[in-house]
Amino acid sequence: MATSDREHGRRAPTLRPDLVALTEWIAPGERVLDLGCGDGVLLRHLIDTKGVVGYGIENDPARIVACIERGINVIQSDLDEGLADLQDGHFDHVIMSQALQAMHNTQGILQEMLRVGHEAIVSFPNFAFWKHRKSILEGHMPVSESLPHQWFNTPNVRFFTVADFTTLCGLLDIEVREWRGFDDQGRPVQEDLNFLAALAIARIGRRA
Amino acid sequence: MTHPRSVGFVEAQKAHFDEPLPLKAGRVLPQYDLVYETYGTLNAARNNAVLVCHALSGSHHVAGVYRDDPHNVGWWDNLVGPGKPLDTEKFFVIGVNNLGGCFGSTGPVSINPVTGRPWGADFPFVTVEDWVNAQARLADRLGIERFAAVIGGSLGGMQALSWSLQYPERVRHVLAIATAPKLSAQNIAFNEVARQAILSDPDFHGGNYYEHGVVPKQGLRLARMIGHITYLSDDAMAEKFGRALRHGIMRYSYDIEFEIESYLRYQGDKFARFFDANTYLLTTRALDYYDPAADYGGDLAAAFARAEAAFLVVAFTTDWRFSPARSREIVSALVHSEKDVCYAEIDSKAGHDSFLLEHPRYHAVLRAYFNRIEV
Repeated sequence: MATSDREHGRRAPTLRPDLVALTEWIAPGERVLDLGCGDGVLLRHLIDTKGVVGYGIENDPARIVACIERGINVIQSDLDEGLADLQDGHFDHVIMSQALQAMHNTQGILQEMLRVGHEAIVSFPNFAFWKHRKSILEGHMPVSESLPHQWFNTPNVRFFTVADFTTLCGLLDIEVREWRGFDDQGRPVQEDLNFLAALAIARIGRRA
Repeated sequence: MTHPRSVGFVEAQKAHFDEPLPLKAGRVLPQYDLVYETYGTLNAARNNAVLVCHALSGSHHVAGVYRDDPHNVGWWDNLVGPGKPLDTEKFFVIGVNNLGGCFGSTGPVSINPVTGRPWGADFPFVTVEDWVNAQARLADRLGIERFAAVIGGSLGGMQALSWSLQYPERVRHVLAIATAPKLSAQNIAFNEVARQAILSDPDFHGGNYYEHGVVPKQGLRLARMIGHITYLSDDAMAEKFGRALRHGIMRYSYDIEFEIESYLRYQGDKFARFFDANTYLLTTRALDYYDPAADYGGDLAAAFARAEAAFLVVAFTTDWRFSPARSREIVSALVHSEKDVCYAEIDSKAGHDSFLLEHPRYHAVLRAYFNRIEV
């Protein structure tokens, strides 16, 4: 599901900066659901460092086996079909790391995340990163660390920016409580995320 | 990893129990035998034992062959053996024939010590919970305090689930495959038709057919035919038989016209030769009665609260007897009671029968799960 997820193989991988950043938002012992959990690296990290009760949802057979080998609770499911088996408010945090851009039912899954979780954390490649803008100006679709595929083979189906995501949240009565951004070297971005961040992370919740 | 191979020649063993077993339906079995087989070696820490629970027509003969019957291969031989997903070089594996069975454990064909005649129709109703209690006593006998895992498919999966509720401290992992937390009305309906086929056979004699020197073959045969329809998927039947004709042309008769009829009759006849009708009745009833959430107002998550095991749940896409939706009920309950659980939904054409087959993805999941169990 996650499209720029390069973390395969058995060796202990280095966590992507966005995963390290979102760990700060998780309190010890929380109930966490990771949508599109890949091979379980993030959940393993959250279990080891925060003692969370964690579950991952994944639909790729090889990644499910990888999660099982890693000792991660993984549940096979197609996220585009929603989270109907899960009760309202069961999780403290629902995480979707670099998977939203590959989903068709964008609005539905955001609503579902905030139905089963008190808060959600969404990370995604920012299409408006300045190098991507430059690429478009030069006449080509951007290909980069955060958007690693060519236009003809990308699994991404939704292309959006930090600004677009903010607008959508407004429409869905969702508030963005905190942003983090990283440039294409993985360095934190302090200002103008929509221009300077290759990768953005939002902590979101229901507007009171 | 060892190249996968058979456990080779195996021998069934019998354990006799004199301590009466109180049954869920109220009666007491005064004494009983359990036949079982073991594969591999119990380690010094006694923490590598895996119990394999059988389904409706299964037995204690899980793997390997008999010296005097080399074609009688165990029913889960593709899973259990050296180098196989349930690796007998790592685990000590036990298969046991359930009470009420017809493969050597005490059942309707056994002699009732009080009357000196076969139990027949008077054999008490046994439930999934009773089977698990009997299995626990066998575990005591074998010196196993805690199983590394209990695994089963279909009705066997129900026993595996029940282990985690009846003896939470005695099982570390539960592998529940192609199963359900309880039967649906449709499931019960199929069982009822199968039972009526047996009960209405003139050779049934109220269950005491042994004394008349007959078996209700027609009834058993029909019961098995109905069962087989539900074990296969529509796709698998279409692929295997389609509308293929036995004689190439239609003969306009009630003899075999279509190949699927030939298959069902063959399966029915084969089954009726070796399976006991009373065991069939008892076992389908055990399926019907199983409902661990009933004592918790139907709240399965509340029922699982006491479980201490970690779970692997597996379902198959074309299984309509115990569909993936039924497995997801189990998974959902386990998540909501904060248990460790993994769930894999295997793309398979073979319907309910898939759990017995050697599907690469399915076996990769089981292998990965068994690999992570520490012994």
